Amino acid sequence: MLRWLIGGGREPQGLAEKAALQTIGEDQGQNPYTELLVLEAHRDIVRFLVRLDDFRFASAGDDGIIVVWNAQTGEKLLELRGHTQKITAVIAFPPLDSCEASSQLLLTASADRTVGVWDCDTGRQIQRVTCFQSTVKCLTVLQRLDIWLSGGSDLGVWNRKLDLLCKTSHLSDTGISALVEIPGNCVAAAVGRELIIFRLVTPTEELPEWDIIEVKRLLDHQDNILSLANINDTGFVTGSHVGELLIWDALDWTVQACERTFWSPTAQLDAQQEIKLFQKQNDISINHFTCDEENIFAAVGRGLYVYNLQLKRVIACQKTAHDSNILHIDKLPNRQLISCSEDGAVRMWEVREKQQLAAEPVPTGFFNMWGFGRVNKQASQPVKKQEENVTTCSLELIGDLIGHSSSVEMFLYFEDHGLVTCSADHLIILWKNGERESGVRSLKLFQKLEENGDLYPESP
Amino acid sequence: MISAPDVVAFTKEDEYEEEPYNEPALPEEYSVPLFPYASQGANPWSKLSGAKFSRDFILISEFSEQVGPQPLLTIPNDTKVFGTFDLNYFSLRIMSVDYQASFVGHPPGSAYPKLNFVEDSKVVLGDSKEGAFAYVHHLTLYDLEARGFVRPFCMAYISADQHKIMQQFQELSAEFSKASECLKMGNRKAFAGELEKKLKDLDYTRTVLHTETEIQKKANDKGFYSSQAIEKANELANVEKSIIEHQDLLRQIRSYPRQKTKIPDLQPGDTEHTQDQADQVSTTSNPEESANADLYTCRPAYTPKLIKAKSTKCFDKKLKTLEELCDTEYFTQTLAQLSHIEHMFRGDLCYLLTSQIDRVLRKQQPITNFLFEDFVEVDDRMEKQENVPSQPSQDRLPPKPVEECPIPKVLISVGSYKSSVESVLIKMEQELGDEEYTGVEATEARSFDPQENLDYLDMDMKGSISSGESIEVLGTEKSASVLSKSDSQASLTVPLSPHVVRSKAVSHRTISEDSIEVLSTCPSEALIPDDFKASYPSAINEEEAYADNEGAIHFQASAGSPEPDETQEGNLENIPSQIDSSCCIGKESEGHLVPLPTPAYTLSDEDSVVSIPPQRYIQKDQGLHVDFGVENTDPSPRDNSCEMFPAYELDPSCLLASRDVSKMSLDNYSDTTSYMGSAASTSSDRIPSAPPAGLSSERHKKRAGQNALKFIRQYPFAHPAIYSLLSGRTLVVLGEDETIVRKLVTALSIFVPNYGCYAKPVKHWISSPLHIMDFQKWKLIGLQRVASPANVGTLHTLSRYSRYTSILDLDSKTLRCPLYRGTLVPRLADHRTQIKRGSTYYLHVQSMLTQLCSKAFLYTFCHHLHLPAHSEETQEAVASRQTSFLKLNLGLVNEDIRVVQYLAELLKLHYMQESPGTTHPLLRFDYVPSFLYKI
Repeated sequence: MLRWLIGGGREPQGLAEKAALQTIGEDQGQNPYTELLVLEAHRDIVRFLVRLDDFRFASAGDDGIIVVWNAQTGEKLLELRGHTQKITAVIAFPPLDSCEASSQLLLTASADRTVGVWDCDTGRQIQRVTCFQSTVKCLTVLQRLDIWLSGGSDLGVWNRKLDLLCKTSHLSDTGISALVEIPGNCVAAAVGRELIIFRLVTPTEELPEWDIIEVKRLLDHQDNILSLANINDTGFVTGSHVGELLIWDALDWTVQACERTFWSPTAQLDAQQEIKLFQKQNDISINHFTCDEENIFAAVGRGLYVYNLQLKRVIACQKTAHDSNILHIDKLPNRQLISCSEDGAVRMWEVREKQQLAAEPVPTGFFNMWGFGRVNKQASQPVKKQEENVTTCSLELIGDLIGHSSSVEMFLYFEDHGLVTCSADHLIILWKNGERESGVRSLKLFQKLEENGDLYPESP
Repeated sequence: MISAPDVVAFTKEDEYEEEPYNEPALPEEYSVPLFPYASQGANPWSKLSGAKFSRDFILISEFSEQVGPQPLLTIPNDTKVFGTFDLNYFSLRIMSVDYQASFVGHPPGSAYPKLNFVEDSKVVLGDSKEGAFAYVHHLTLYDLEARGFVRPFCMAYISADQHKIMQQFQELSAEFSKASECLKMGNRKAFAGELEKKLKDLDYTRTVLHTETEIQKKANDKGFYSSQAIEKANELANVEKSIIEHQDLLRQIRSYPRQKTKIPDLQPGDTEHTQDQADQVSTTSNPEESANADLYTCRPAYTPKLIKAKSTKCFDKKLKTLEELCDTEYFTQTLAQLSHIEHMFRGDLCYLLTSQIDRVLRKQQPITNFLFEDFVEVDDRMEKQENVPSQPSQDRLPPKPVEECPIPKVLISVGSYKSSVESVLIKMEQELGDEEYTGVEATEARSFDPQENLDYLDMDMKGSISSGESIEVLGTEKSASVLSKSDSQASLTVPLSPHVVRSKAVSHRTISEDSIEVLSTCPSEALIPDDFKASYPSAINEEEAYADNEGAIHFQASAGSPEPDETQEGNLENIPSQIDSSCCIGKESEGHLVPLPTPAYTLSDEDSVVSIPPQRYIQKDQGLHVDFGVENTDPSPRDNSCEMFPAYELDPSCLLASRDVSKMSLDNYSDTTSYMGSAASTSSDRIPSAPPAGLSSERHKKRAGQNALKFIRQYPFAHPAIYSLLSGRTLVVLGEDETIVRKLVTALSIFVPNYGCYAKPVKHWISSPLHIMDFQKWKLIGLQRVASPANVGTLHTLSRYSRYTSILDLDSKTLRCPLYRGTLVPRLADHRTQIKRGSTYYLHVQSMLTQLCSKAFLYTFCHHLHLPAHSEETQEAVASRQTSFLKLNLGLVNEDIRVVQYLAELLKLHYMQESPGTTHPLLRFDYVPSFLYKI
């Protein structure tokens, strides 16, 4: 009786989810990942993955430990211990091109109000900065100027030797949630729902000191800014908690485009829709962006949207891409997109074009040929309206990777070694192309045969 | 005539004491027919019906001239093995016949004792009433204190499965020949030593007697000899004769290899050598004449005591034990060899054949044998067995009071109808005449040697004729030995069961040619009524042949090839027995007595084997059934399971995160402990801990094989489940009853490939929800089903990870698993297999998996399959070439390709790792849908 009730209670919910959720069976011919390696080292949520070079990456999370891994073999290379609380930001600081002797640096910010600097080759902690008044929430490297920025309750500018060059005054209790470099020695910082533009003043003979000054405050967002990303050095994009997507010009910081229609195509509001809006507040928050030459890919709630920069509109979307909020997305070659979500799934999508575009110009041409003035005018308006409402591409689900038992926080893509995902279940999973890995192993085996002359492993 | 051989063996004084013994010998002739009854007790039928033995064993028997045939020891030396089986009765049956062969080799009437190097005889005989069939290996050992210096022994491998013995005859023969050769080498060494001591005693005695003789001569200067002087002279002559005889024996035993091959050529040279040796002895004694005189004065009483003591010992002394007879070192080696043989031939016939295939396959591929770890363990254990001999132990039964004189028996049991035999009889009479004429003169006695050679050659000729007629595979000496055996067998069989005679008559009709030939020689009315029963034996034979063919179905051609030879050999042995049966009947009607046996009597034992095929067949089945029942009811499986689980539940990856430690159940904790123990043993010397593991492992395999058989017969969807294991897809066995789940997991673990040379990735019992790491670590998991809210989480996890697992639900008898359409697993796990025993099936699985490893090896190490032919070749072309190889060259279809590919990946990973134990287990999977199978 009890079991039946439990089963009965669960079944309707499952059915509802199935109706709404995009699903795919086991027919995943385009999914190349048929091998996985589970990497265990962390004892708490793993939130960050940072690529160090072609075969190494670092992972960090709420246990305060940073681990360096070999992406090819899954071998743990280093374990960096020093932080006493969770890590809040991780970034790699590449060596100067002119100086080959120096090694890769890794910058880590923690809730213990310190920033650690580590040598990626030896695992040694070079230095620790402990003068912060609050938690550093984001780190940014300006490779061109060989400096890095720390964003917390204020914005600090540091050099490679960890000298504080200059910093701003206390901005707000909220603190900086995102930082991005924009042209003209400028930096865009998200502070609550304000977007503040800072300009870095580099030392000159007249003024030998660094300086950073606030240039402008942009107050166009209605709610907190959650995501901030660069677009080809000509602009940048911001997303907010209420689903506002704003595209800014990188030079004069003016709004180039605005999109506020993610949650509903109809502008009309009534009492019933207000209730819906309230219930699905989370569904419209823009959590993450990724961009390429033509499109902005946005994670909105648990849906995916493709916004075309030229057409200035959404050309493809998948409103129920996941069961829960999407936390990270990235663009892969071959027009593929990967998204990971709080529901523990990692999904692969492909942007495919539809054939409807080709039919559109015909009616206009037809009416023009007749030469009726009045008729021409009437025909033109319906055509325009039709264009506005039609989506010209589609997001097709081509694969899903089921392995984590909890929220997938982030992932990393290696061209040669596959995909790396990290999760709240404390695990990191290496997803590999089985066929490719098999071939690599064969080559290594034959190479070993040539070198050693036999097969037997050396045992102690 | 009866006392003649004794005279030549002992001194004259012995002859005097021998005379009273001759009188009791005569009554022995009349008591021979009663002998079979006496050996069995008052009621022979009760013992026959009660005899049973639970397992095959080896029996060593001797024909003791004091008490008759008796068992000496069994291997294993444990009464549980042979239970109520009557060893004495069986020893009587297999041992009595051999003495005839040995004795025939020592023809009466010869002046000098002559060692007959009798070749071992090897036969298969059986007693259908006892349900016992035996490979019997007769050999002869030499003892200076035995009659004719020979003591016959035999070693027998006794089994309830006649077919097994017939099929393995060649192997049994080869192994027992080794043991026999070891015994005989030790015996020759001991015999030579004994002869040397004897010669020293005789030389001393001769010196003493010579001195006494001289004294007597001096005392009687008057020209005539006293009676005492004459007596001493006679004693001296006898001693000298004994010296010559013993020297001859020593020379014969030492020239064993040469004499065996070139007997005629050696005779003249040996004679000259003997003459020289005698002269040397005489020369040596002369210079010490005066010294001996003094010695005589000091010890006047020594000489008479010595001679008298020897005489007494000849009659009353117990014969040497087998160990004393063969030198302790050789005896120990022989026992070790026999223990090895017993162990080697354990199990049923299928088990033995599969084991042989197994070893052959495994030796050819050391590179891949880590995939199924048990191979290494078996190999190590067998090697250990061979190196360390078992402790020698001798379990001798008390000797029987009945005493038998073999000579009269020969006269009574021999019978023949051919003229050639009668001519032999005539010749013997001539020999007797010659003996009377020549008396005791040494010079003339020596002249008998040439005639002895003639007799010997004559015997060889008879053997050759006999083998040409009926037995092609047996040698001449073997034929002679077998001839004698059949005589005794016939005499024993006839009084026991008239039915046997009738069966023999029936059997011979199946071979018409031989039947006609025999009928023409000895017609008898008794044969006529049996003609009408010919069809029945024919049907039986055909049925037997069918059974053989059916047995071959389960094995490869290499397994089948030995069988035709065995069958053919069996047929050859069957033919002579037909002839023998009719001759036996003829013997009853005529009652002729001649001194030598005929070839026709050779195979009456074979006849008894062939005459009742249906009974043996039924008995065999019953035996197997009983074994099966015992296995089912044996309470020890639980104990075995408890012992074995830790070894098989070791965690391949010892690096467990701390979070996992907190989540571990009691089983998990014990796993970690076991792994640490295993690691410790790995670092230290592993030899001390290996033996108990080996023993447990053997029983474990038998149990696993048995349960695997049940699984295959009970579940129609066993094939996709096993395919999951072979292709690296984790199989989850889900059930409420822990015992049942564990048992099935243990059984299925024989199909799970290893990652390396450590424990299998098998987890017998888990009660917490599964995690992605569990599928990476384990390939076979027993999962608890609980009727509680927690169960919902468990099942939800299973459905979430359905891509990586197949789920076998024991409670609802369902399997959720990808489709399988290959041909590999049906051969590996045939629902209709004829294999009955767990250990046999286990070996079958191992041999099939070994062949599978061969294919994986080929696929892995072919360069041209994995390397681009040229720089511009595409990946698709390489993949296409690989697929083509798997399908066309290796003959794999559908899902079987995936199995070989998975094993190939395991091979690559194994040989690419930098050091053992650091391999990261990899989870490989496919995007294939699952289906629900139901019973």
